[in-house]
Amino acid sequence: MVRLYTKDLNIGYHEHLIVKNLNIEIPDQKITAIIGPNGCGKSTLLKTLTRIITPQSGTVVLDGKQIFNENTKVLARKMAILPQTPESPGGLTVGELVSYGRFPYQKGFGHLTKKDYEVIDWALEVTGTIQFKYRPVDSLSGGQRQRVWIAMALAQEMDIIFLDEPTTYLDMAHQLEVLELLQKLNVEQGRTIVMVLHDLNQAARFADYIIALKDGKIVKAGNGEEVMTRDVLKQVFHIDAEIGRDPRTNKPICLTYHLVKGE
Amino acid sequence: MTAKTERSIPFIYKFIVAILALAGMFWIAMMLGATNTTIKDVWLALTSHVKNERILMIRELRLPREMAAIFVGAALATSGAMMQGITRNPLADPGLLGLTAGANAALAVTMAFIPSANYLYITIACFIGAAVGSLLVFGIGAMKKGGFSPLRMVLAGSAVSTFLYAVAEGVGIYFKISKDVSMWTAGGFIGTSWHQLQIIVPFIAIGMLISLFLSRQLTILSLNEEVAVGLGQKTMQIKAILFLAIVLLAGASVALAGNMTFIGLMVPHIVRTMVGTDYRFIIPMSAVLGATLMLLADTLGRTINAPYETPVAAIVAIMGLPFFLFIVHKGGKVLS
Repeated sequence: MVRLYTKDLNIGYHEHLIVKNLNIEIPDQKITAIIGPNGCGKSTLLKTLTRIITPQSGTVVLDGKQIFNENTKVLARKMAILPQTPESPGGLTVGELVSYGRFPYQKGFGHLTKKDYEVIDWALEVTGTIQFKYRPVDSLSGGQRQRVWIAMALAQEMDIIFLDEPTTYLDMAHQLEVLELLQKLNVEQGRTIVMVLHDLNQAARFADYIIALKDGKIVKAGNGEEVMTRDVLKQVFHIDAEIGRDPRTNKPICLTYHLVKGE
Repeated sequence: MTAKTERSIPFIYKFIVAILALAGMFWIAMMLGATNTTIKDVWLALTSHVKNERILMIRELRLPREMAAIFVGAALATSGAMMQGITRNPLADPGLLGLTAGANAALAVTMAFIPSANYLYITIACFIGAAVGSLLVFGIGAMKKGGFSPLRMVLAGSAVSTFLYAVAEGVGIYFKISKDVSMWTAGGFIGTSWHQLQIIVPFIAIGMLISLFLSRQLTILSLNEEVAVGLGQKTMQIKAILFLAIVLLAGASVALAGNMTFIGLMVPHIVRTMVGTDYRFIIPMSAVLGATLMLLADTLGRTINAPYETPVAAIVAIMGLPFFLFIVHKGGKVLS
């Protein structure tokens, strides 16, 4: 039995359902990517998995408990969220931002303990951002900033981290840097990673499990081999794709594509 | 590395300096005015029971008035800081987002329909008005999808404020009480009595205490709504309590001193350049600096054209307008 799964999840308002009757299981200690066209409900699903949105019906279960009834601070020690392009207040330093990851462990006015400081430095170390500790977050590049936010999530000492398009607006090298960091967190520390991705080839390369959504429903869920097929991509993105193999990683890769014509 | 050196001055020292500045400004405010007084007069007024004309004037007129300036300045600056934190809108200010105008309209309506209303009732009416005014602004701001952009909020705020001021004026004219209403709303701190302070100060104190207790939560909330939820904050609960504190502070300020825009906008921005982005520091510092600035504005109002009063709201506006334009120009990059 996996730790995190959804049960008959309906998300949306009244007649307008964004996600319909969804049952998914998130594999433990694996990297899961959610893909799909714009408006398919990827981000909405991610927000519901992290209790930001309350579903109309159905539920999300973590460790045998419905997350919407769980103590939210207790949840924050198990899961962390990285929203799409979060902005930080001007002048906030990297060290301060990462220290807020300790919030779920604090009471009252939140004085940091010795252990908190250790965890913060460790998180900065792991993400390779320790040298920026005293710099304002908004003075960093996009890729560095993204790593700092990941460090904040790590300071929560969570098991599961959710990311909404963590590579958006980054150049290719920085995209890879972020994804490799996430892979490292998964392989070395056994953390479960769930992310919405736009780039299919990145999903195929880094994710163990891919969930392809369209109109709020699962078209296909499985490993890269199973999801990155001509048929699935046609259904999900309405494209006619040529699938090949990445000569370096031997993972499936979308070489080129056309729009499906005549419909 | 500037951040590191900046941070090496502990907050407590900065705070002590600010308190000293406030004490100094208080002393100056007590000495200057239409009637010239000496340091000795002020000292005697504060510490002894000696009675003569000058000392009584200080004790019964100037002292309550300057106490009011301290509390209103602190209240407005704190509520502005909270509003900027909650909305992540650098232009948030009780005067700009409908609270002041709402309190104003409620005040006029109360004076028209319940002429016998005592000061406490009028104060409570101001709270209700402030709440209604801000809810109108937030309601309009939220009507459109993705609606809480800083500028749209300010537009909604100015539209609602204009409407509510019109209501206040209309009621004033129709019931022939416009003079009374404007004496109240434009009067600044003129004629503040100890009796009024006794009623208002507890509300301001409660508002300030709430804001101090929730300052850490406010810091988390000011990052990003989703991040706050992810860190385990009950955001709806926290926002509701903070909103209550804002309404208490802004409503009480109107009841005591009438309309006063810009203090709540300006002070938190100045404070952030001194103490950073943590509301545990921003809130107390804003209170002290807001009080100091308000004392300065009122003292200027009393002295630049003595013995005539220059309205303190006008002085605050003259100090605040360039600041407002500066923040608009920066497009929210100075944000909180």
